[in-house]
Amino acid sequence: MNSAVKVPLVHITRRKNIVWYRAWIVRVVAVIMALILCGIVTMLLVGANPIDVYKTMVVGNFGTARKIWFMLQDLAILLIISLALAPAFRMRFWNLGGDGQALMGCLGATTIMILFRDSMPNWLLIICMLLAALFGGALWAFIPAFFKSKWNTNETLFTLMMNYVATQLVAYFVVFWENPKGSSKIGIINQRTQLGWLPTIGGNKYILIIIVAVLLTVGMFVYMRYSKHGYEISVVGESEPTARYVGIKVRKVIIRTLILSGAICGLAGFLLVSGTDHTMTTTLVGGRGFTGVMVAWLAKFNPFFMVITSFVLVFLGRGASEISTMFGLNDSFGAILTGIILFFIIGCEFFLNYELHFRHGKNKEVQ
Amino acid sequence: MFDIVAFIPRAVVQGIPLMFGCVGETITEKSGNLNLGTPGIMYVGGICGVIGAFFYEHNATKMVAALAILIPILCCLAGSLLMGLIYCFLTVTLRANQNVTGLAMTTFGVGIGNFFGGSLIKLSGADVPSIALSRTHGFISATLPFAKNWGWVGKIFFSYGFLAYMAIVLAIVLAVLISKSKMGLNLRAVGESPATADAAGINVTKYKYFATCIGAMIAGLGGLYYVMDFASGVWSNDAFGDRGWLAIALVIFTIWRPGHSIWASILFGGLCILHMFIPTGTNLAVKELYKGIPYVVTIIVLIFTSLRNRREDQPPASLGLSYFREDR
Repeated sequence: MNSAVKVPLVHITRRKNIVWYRAWIVRVVAVIMALILCGIVTMLLVGANPIDVYKTMVVGNFGTARKIWFMLQDLAILLIISLALAPAFRMRFWNLGGDGQALMGCLGATTIMILFRDSMPNWLLIICMLLAALFGGALWAFIPAFFKSKWNTNETLFTLMMNYVATQLVAYFVVFWENPKGSSKIGIINQRTQLGWLPTIGGNKYILIIIVAVLLTVGMFVYMRYSKHGYEISVVGESEPTARYVGIKVRKVIIRTLILSGAICGLAGFLLVSGTDHTMTTTLVGGRGFTGVMVAWLAKFNPFFMVITSFVLVFLGRGASEISTMFGLNDSFGAILTGIILFFIIGCEFFLNYELHFRHGKNKEVQ
Repeated sequence: MFDIVAFIPRAVVQGIPLMFGCVGETITEKSGNLNLGTPGIMYVGGICGVIGAFFYEHNATKMVAALAILIPILCCLAGSLLMGLIYCFLTVTLRANQNVTGLAMTTFGVGIGNFFGGSLIKLSGADVPSIALSRTHGFISATLPFAKNWGWVGKIFFSYGFLAYMAIVLAIVLAVLISKSKMGLNLRAVGESPATADAAGINVTKYKYFATCIGAMIAGLGGLYYVMDFASGVWSNDAFGDRGWLAIALVIFTIWRPGHSIWASILFGGLCILHMFIPTGTNLAVKELYKGIPYVVTIIVLIFTSLRNRREDQPPASLGLSYFREDR
């Protein structure tokens, strides 16, 4: 018995495994396509030759020693926040509150820095600032984690809202401690005494932050790959019922992981306040909590790949802002280019996870 | 004293952009797509309207009311539709992660808005100091002529441009469509359990595309209303601020019911400007805390809905997940 069955033009199936080098070929092709599109967009909008545009981007990142240090510092902070978010994502807990948690870290550090600057030695002050920052970040992550584990409250939306509560809290304290009065700004804290400032290594305030980021990358890799906690996180992420069945206390794992996640975000806030900026503003974290989500996700939560993805994003951001100053454009141009490249990288994941089978010839006669 | 007649109209005009955003995001989420790109879409909607109006104002010798209204609206709809399509293509067709796609869309959309807002004059070579589309504003925000004579009734109910009433009508129409029509039932089925909907013969992809794109266009109108009506046709970068996120918060606050968005967005609009009406004396810092109230309220609602755990108050069950037929 023959019957004509309509076979669809494309049949999509899930890919089991993809060889690592083929995965990277797909990603590299996607980035190249994105860069070509970015070049065309730049050419149309700015009227500049794309080669010049990319040259400007490289100069913007590596042009002078100062620029390289800036870039590395930016990279380190973004990396730390991404590393903080990774274990939570591994567990399928969408922590979009990195911004808020880092801001609470800033707030914690700043509070100690201002209130106790005269009452303790500098080394103790710095340690207390660090602890306050860790606590602030951890608290901000603990609250949504508690409700998620107890009543399954939607964590994506909860953490998102916590960002704005943190922003307004910081805004409150910025006005509360404003200096000079009426400026609505805190200004550089302890400018003369430099109390609560992290020590510089060889006169360079960025090296310490970079060292912290490197240590944290390795530490997080070991934690997620080789520790019992890391194993529990991935089991909970794969399937909560399975985790419960094998005797993992899911509630405990969720809360513990989120406290860790928030505390590391708080650490990033501490490094910003104590290490580089020595002030607190509502925009100090600058959306890195959101960028960190993309960094962690694009790297498939592998800390070493995160170094690459965060470098790509930082490179684009800094490069594009160089383009805008060079060609006298608004500096949001960088956001457009970053967006285009992200779309391509996000889209290319499809070709890693799924396989396309095209129909050969016309609809076949099927027996 | 608290001036309620002055307060309500200001709360309403604050609330209308949120209402558009909330209604748009609600029908998007009903299809199971958590579009975190809404803040970006609202920026794109706003700037596309501005670009359309800008070229019309600078090229037309005599402006016709119908065109002055239609051109920005169509540009706005086209821009936000395009954003909706990008989101759908990535999340529905390519099954990318919705949160990551949404955040990238917001980066992109806010970038588009601020870039063109800041460079439109330079790019088009026009000889004006800033983008101030006061004539288009005049057409779009035109109110009923008798509103002024009706005292406080006119002020509270009839002092807004037509887009404000459109938001309310849209909210009511969509509320009815979602809860009463077959289309609405199918849409809810897609959001709750796409596999079941698929088995029942509903085209899941089509529903997701349509709901998300229509939702994006409605949200885009919020951006347009903000620039053309609220801000008197003046674009300034980042002025739109966090309203997009507030709109997403509102979706939770209204527990996914567009009908509720009417009073809820006006309430949120009121909460946003409450700090200007509460006398705080010299303590300016407290004002900042008042601005956080809408977010705290949203969190409380979120906790309560999960705590009471009533089935009709929950987010769509498949919210945030992409659907692949062959996954079991």
